Amino acid sequence: MSTTTHSDYRAQLETLWEHDALKIVAVIGAIYLIYAAIGLVLGYSLDGIINTLRRMTYLIAVYGMVTLALNLHWGYTGLFNIGIAGFMAIGLYTTMMLAKPVDPSGAAQYSGLGLPVPVAIVGGVVVAGLAGLVVALPALRLRADYFAITTIAFAEIVRLGVTSGALQEFTILGAELGTGGGRGLIRNYGDPMNAIFELEAFSSFVDLTNSLFGFGPTQARALAYSIVLVLVLAGFYWLIQRTSRSPFGRVLKAIREDEEAAQSLGKNTNSFKIKVFVLGCALMGLAGILWRFRRTGVTPTAFRPHVTFYIWIALIIGGAGSNTGSVLGSGLFVAVLFEGPQYLRRVIDQVVAVDDAPNTFAGAVGPLLSADPGPLVRYTFDEFLTLQFVIMGVALILLMQRRPKGLLGHREETAAAIPLGSRPSGVGTGGSDGSGGGAGSGGGSRGGGNSGGENGTDTGDDPGTGVDHDRTHDHPDSAGTNAPDHDRDTDPRTTTDATSEASETSEMSETTHTGGEQP
Amino acid sequence: MSTVDDAVTRGRNLTVEQLLLLAVGTGALLLVGDLILGVFDGTYNISRIGRYVVQGILYGLIIGLAGIGLSMTYSILNFANFAHGDTITVGAFIGWGGTYLIGGWGAASIGHLALVGPQRGIGGPQFGISVMSTPIAIFGGLLLAGVGTALLAVLIDRLAYKPMRGSDGIPLLITSIGVAFALRYLIVFVYSSQSRGTTASVPSADLLLVDGYVSIDAHDGTLIAAAVALMIGVHLLLQRTKLGKAMRAMSDNKDLALVTGIPTERVIRWTWMIGGGLAGSAGYLMVLWTGTIDWQFGWLLLLLIFAAVILGGIGSIYGAIFGGLIIGVAMHMSMIWLPGGDFTTITAFLMMILVLLIRPSGLFGGTTTA
Amino acid sequence: MSDRSVNVRSAETGTNIDAGADTESVSRPTTEHGDDVELAVNGLGKRFGGITAVDGASFAVESGSMTGLIGPNGAGKSTTFNCITGIHQPDAGTVAFQGQDITGINPYECADYGLVRTFQIAREMANMTVLENLMLPAKHQRGEALWRSVMPFARREVAQQERELLERVWDVLEFFEIEHIAEEKAGTLSGGQRKLLEMSRALMTDPEMLLLDEPFAGVNPTLEKKLLEHIHELRADGYTFLIVEHDMDLIMDNCEHVIVMHQGSVLAEGVPGQITSNERVIEAYLGGDV
Repeated sequence: MSTTTHSDYRAQLETLWEHDALKIVAVIGAIYLIYAAIGLVLGYSLDGIINTLRRMTYLIAVYGMVTLALNLHWGYTGLFNIGIAGFMAIGLYTTMMLAKPVDPSGAAQYSGLGLPVPVAIVGGVVVAGLAGLVVALPALRLRADYFAITTIAFAEIVRLGVTSGALQEFTILGAELGTGGGRGLIRNYGDPMNAIFELEAFSSFVDLTNSLFGFGPTQARALAYSIVLVLVLAGFYWLIQRTSRSPFGRVLKAIREDEEAAQSLGKNTNSFKIKVFVLGCALMGLAGILWRFRRTGVTPTAFRPHVTFYIWIALIIGGAGSNTGSVLGSGLFVAVLFEGPQYLRRVIDQVVAVDDAPNTFAGAVGPLLSADPGPLVRYTFDEFLTLQFVIMGVALILLMQRRPKGLLGHREETAAAIPLGSRPSGVGTGGSDGSGGGAGSGGGSRGGGNSGGENGTDTGDDPGTGVDHDRTHDHPDSAGTNAPDHDRDTDPRTTTDATSEASETSEMSETTHTGGEQP
Repeated sequence: MSTVDDAVTRGRNLTVEQLLLLAVGTGALLLVGDLILGVFDGTYNISRIGRYVVQGILYGLIIGLAGIGLSMTYSILNFANFAHGDTITVGAFIGWGGTYLIGGWGAASIGHLALVGPQRGIGGPQFGISVMSTPIAIFGGLLLAGVGTALLAVLIDRLAYKPMRGSDGIPLLITSIGVAFALRYLIVFVYSSQSRGTTASVPSADLLLVDGYVSIDAHDGTLIAAAVALMIGVHLLLQRTKLGKAMRAMSDNKDLALVTGIPTERVIRWTWMIGGGLAGSAGYLMVLWTGTIDWQFGWLLLLLIFAAVILGGIGSIYGAIFGGLIIGVAMHMSMIWLPGGDFTTITAFLMMILVLLIRPSGLFGGTTTA
Repeated sequence: MSDRSVNVRSAETGTNIDAGADTESVSRPTTEHGDDVELAVNGLGKRFGGITAVDGASFAVESGSMTGLIGPNGAGKSTTFNCITGIHQPDAGTVAFQGQDITGINPYECADYGLVRTFQIAREMANMTVLENLMLPAKHQRGEALWRSVMPFARREVAQQERELLERVWDVLEFFEIEHIAEEKAGTLSGGQRKLLEMSRALMTDPEMLLLDEPFAGVNPTLEKKLLEHIHELRADGYTFLIVEHDMDLIMDNCEHVIVMHQGSVLAEGVPGQITSNERVIEAYLGGDV
């Protein structure tokens, strides 16, 4: 009995785990708890802890947005975009140039068009999308690796272009604009979030954070901004879920799998590729804008290829092809690889008094000869930020070697606007069993499929559960049991299904199948 | 069917490539025309053009030399190696560590010398390192750069790529991006992020060219001699030995090569060693030529090398060399129209993108048929 | 049998996926066009570099027929297929389908005309489930327009159409008796199941004519028999078939019309009996073995 309840309990947990939103909340919640716990143990102040979490939220939200957009490109369509930083830069620079006031006041200021911030944001997104179109129109016919080289070259052209002195200040259609060259652009207009910050309600938010965490107004604003970003991330997630779980998303997947076959089935694949590339680039542009537009300025170094590298790691951690994975991946990336090492360093710094480190690697390695690892340890500690990039690179290598489909297992959402897996109505089932004249096991599992379908429709817009995670769990799930696992024990068919499926998967030879189907 | 229908069909067949080719051809003709006219009416200084060409050829030799290795791994292992640029940097550091040790022995601690002077203080200029005064240090360093990087390349293959042998090009490409980052920041970790001078100045010869002078110094000459010698060496190696034959067979068809009993793993090891050795040497020569070394110059070269390799056609080492020269010269020539040097790299990248769009197999047609 | 097979067509299941196609598939092409030629290939030519793969091939496929296209390796059969379906641009000649010129059309336009092909090596979408694979090909899917899939109001319609489409998918699965693999990833299927999937997928485009590229290659005898049964059933339902095949006997036993290609052009054409007794065919293809 106890085993039954135990497996029952486990099945329930697994069902819960199938809820994507819950999964995201659980993983990111766990990350926050760990960070908060460490902070509490070390006696950090509450506002310090909350501020750390706030910063992480901000980073997870922004990287999550870009990772979702990249998932649309690579995970779904197989478009190997490694020029992400370029599209983000185009979005942000365009927005800043549009929003900067017309009259340059003070030294080293370049004039803009003085448009309202919302208009400037829309402008930045549109221009990033257009840049995607410019790249996509000729380049989409290229092989994946050539496409990759083209996109990274494009991103570098953008970065070198905005860095160059020639575009520091230019006139287009009579309007004076400028990228600011290597020194970048200063935000000499109001905080883009002022529309919210100047609300009546916001002052009570400031008071609230003050009484709860001891936040000052600046910290309260930053917190509010992070919350807004999380909302935008939810919007991204919704949009890309919609896009991918649809006939449109189905064609995208087909392009990734075999473009020529998709064409032979009547799909104008180029048109789909252009649309999805432009959409993804526009979203990357938007994420680029939200990433940095509250800062006092922007410099081209922000858009080095590093950003692209981060996003790719996040995508691969989460597993390409899964939207939930994209958000989880960026959460894990930020917590473990991006913020983690720095946090760890701060923690160590506080716990143990670290002596002065040697200045050079030679000074660190030399004492090893006399069996003194101390200097090397101290040097490593001193150079932790450098080492962090090494860790990221090694992490990417290990992921590609060991878990190319993502840390969380291969879990790809089904591309359809409705839950697949069962007939919408049971009409055809009986007819099949009769006229088909056989398929005992097949018919049985079909019946199961139907009852599963009713459960499936109950869950509404959350199709395809139970299919992909099977491989990571040890219980064999049958084709017919797409229903959530909680009805396992109420439905006697599951056991027979499991066994019949086990035999089917173990022997995939045609003879088994055709033999089994013959009357 | 009627000829009109035919024409319509053909018209549709006038593909994007052909349109682009037309545009690029027209543009190139206009530039050449402008150049000739400009030279005649004195707008463009002939000696200035001459200087650009010489600089371009020198730069192109480095790119071409480094490109051979990239081209070889691209065609034999079938993936674009994004870590190639950082392999170049590592090679330069290893080699220059050797040069410092030989040329500056006793002038500073061994650690300081082996790490190419990671902190402010004395370095190459103070030791008086140059091909004239310390030729042994230079050639010793070059040798060490080649051998050290060859071994490093094999080690990286063993750790990063060998466990993934047989997977297709894209996962390997992503892995190589990881390798690139790990390598680059290991360089910073070991050698520091300080940019430093490496050589003392050397005498140069000013050659009169119509309306001005083009100067070439001893390090330019060393670069040309070493690069050409290495290129000839690789040519002989690939043409005259069984290894070369096996490599060509593998780049043509890996499966077939396996069936016919070519020891693929051994060929792969040699590919990495030759490619890595040349990359390290190219890095060393680049530092000798520019007189400075820093932790990311190889990464910044990488896309230019890709441009050269793609331009010349992947899989062809001669293509890589010619591609390098074309890219190098075009980059410097672009300064005639776009002064200031801000746009040289952009020019090279644009050229590469255009080649990919118009003729992905490269100007000299590689072995890849896609 | 027939009422099961007609279910495969969208017209009979009463879905409104494609009103235009409904009427077309009800009235067979034979009645629509004066002559009963479904596919006419005229003087087709294709060169790759210096090699001439197809050299002035001409033949016609009758509506509702099952025609076999045979020839030794390198005879240009696959290239001919690729030229017809737009994967290659022919250098010379014309292709007409149901009287319309379709020479050099884009591969994706082919399916719009009602012409669909399968591949020699089954090209399933390996990381998609069988159901996803089969939901893909249907024409005029509203949800393929991005905005409809995203906007809440339009999406309701999309979901409705998806339900109808899923119904049809199950009909096709039933027809081929592969319901039990519906939720498998296509990449995990056996070779024979892949062939069945490929055929099912082609049917989901609502075609008039199917071009099958070696559908029996690598298929065991049991499955081969089943596959043939299915093809005959579909043929009885009015589909036209052009089958490239290596196995002479199979073609002779099952096709009423046979085209023999040799060195890029048509060597002989006729009923199986004529072909097997044709001296030139025996010489070129059978090599005197018969």
